Amino acid sequence: MQAAVTELPEPQLRALADHYDAAVAAKRRRLALGGVILIAAIAAAAWMGEVDPKKFAENFWRFPSYFISITPKLSLATLWADLADWFWGIKRWTGLLLDTILIAYVGTLLGALAGFALCFLASANLVRSRTLVFVTRRFLEFCRTVPDIVFALLFVLAFGLGPLPGVLAIAIHTAGALGKLFAEVVENIDDKPLEGVASSGGDWFEMVRFAVVPQVLSNFVSYALLRFEINVRGAAVMGFVGAGGIGQDLIEAVRKFYYSDVSAILLLIIVTVMMIDYFTEGVRRRLIGQERR
Amino acid sequence: MSTARRTLSFGDESGIAARFPEQFRPNWINRAKLIGGLTLAAAIFVFGLIRLEIPFDRLFGGIGRLIEFLGLMLPPDPGSWQLAQVYLHAMGETLAIAFLGTLGGALLAFPVSFLAARNVLRIRPLQLLTRRLLDAVRGIDTLIWALIWVGVVGLGPFAGILAVMCSDFGNFGKLFSEAFEAADEKPSEGVKATGGSHVHGVRFGMLPQVVPILASQVLYFFESNTRSATIIGIVGAGGIGLQLAEQIRVLEWQKVSFLILMILVTVAAIDWISSKLRFAIIGRKAVG
Repeated sequence: MQAAVTELPEPQLRALADHYDAAVAAKRRRLALGGVILIAAIAAAAWMGEVDPKKFAENFWRFPSYFISITPKLSLATLWADLADWFWGIKRWTGLLLDTILIAYVGTLLGALAGFALCFLASANLVRSRTLVFVTRRFLEFCRTVPDIVFALLFVLAFGLGPLPGVLAIAIHTAGALGKLFAEVVENIDDKPLEGVASSGGDWFEMVRFAVVPQVLSNFVSYALLRFEINVRGAAVMGFVGAGGIGQDLIEAVRKFYYSDVSAILLLIIVTVMMIDYFTEGVRRRLIGQERR
Repeated sequence: MSTARRTLSFGDESGIAARFPEQFRPNWINRAKLIGGLTLAAAIFVFGLIRLEIPFDRLFGGIGRLIEFLGLMLPPDPGSWQLAQVYLHAMGETLAIAFLGTLGGALLAFPVSFLAARNVLRIRPLQLLTRRLLDAVRGIDTLIWALIWVGVVGLGPFAGILAVMCSDFGNFGKLFSEAFEAADEKPSEGVKATGGSHVHGVRFGMLPQVVPILASQVLYFFESNTRSATIIGIVGAGGIGLQLAEQIRVLEWQKVSFLILMILVTVAAIDWISSKLRFAIIGRKAVG
């Protein structure tokens, strides 16, 4: 067995070994340079962000102690009474949570419809006019770059307090986010059905309806469900700026130090978000699972 | 021309229908499912509109007011050079929050994601527990974390960094452990076949596969956190959001539009840089 390995002559071996060493050294240098840049960036950001380890160390005990103080006092003997006491506002809170979910739902649906309408205009394989594609893309980018809560702040001034600004803010943000994702899906479709419809004399709308939509619909629905999930989380804090939902009660409880209310509302939000995650994940798996696997 | 072609192709409609009957027979089950689904979606929508008591009468007045605001926003103007400097500083704070928050969250999540991955640490109950913990952390919005941290370390960007760190901890923990689970088993089997332990298998078989994926996810989150860090100031956790919320509340529309423009430009720049880096790390194709 040993004889099967060819021994290279010394000079050739040396050249190869040197080459290897040089390659390793070059890689190490690159890594070191990257590390130095990273550390410099961290230092700059820490200075900018007023990172203060001393303040952190001095105040860190407040973090666990906050969680301890929002933990309700439950004892086994009077468990039901304690639970009832903790969730005294359950009726109001579940109502507000339902509002939150509905804000997310209505906003997502409106936004998804807008994104659906706009994504075809943003797809370079469907629209010949470069300007139209460019303008639509920038518009979608604007919609998703401005955070939804900023839109909510503006809309609260325009439409007054209540769920309406929240719904509109979520709808606009969703239109931007989904419009982009949808357009990417549309640009990746198979061209053949398009050619088929075009060659049998279909106009642009027929092309979209019969060649594009059937290919992309399941992907669209899956993305929209994912957005709904994200929007439920977003809607939970819309109340911070007065745009409806459970957030209003949460921020009030936090600001007024109603400790057990904070934990009760947070727990409700977490459970709701988890349930929605679980549900949408199941539906999404069924929607795209068959194709991908 | 096109109508003519279409008429021509449908000239023998009955003949085509006779030859391909299954294509022309409506599939009632699928149709019922579709109609049922659409009706349900529409019903929930209508229920939502009624329950939320959407004031349609305010809709048009509001749109009018929005257009009025839009008019007042032009041209974007920071007011003075001093204020522009303040805003630039706030933008820097926002970037610092996003950068350190993402990095810290990733560093915290990395060890924990080993616990949450099914194929790394094979203690099922511990893994499920870690998963649920990560889910709970993720279920709380960054803004809520910011609220909590403002209570702990006081107002300012430091609270924002800690808040972004916390919510990213949950996100990264989940994503990282999923990346571990999706990794190819063969390299670690190879390491074990040459006499390595399970730890060696993870270190030399699995990590080299997933590190580029993790790096690209971290960069992607840096991008999206730049967006979310712009609003964290609304609850007092530093950055540009504080200025933005303030200027919106005092109706300084030209300053508002200036701030929004600044956010748009910065986010676009970060997007560009990080997508360049992402492609350099992971190659153009496999961006996950």
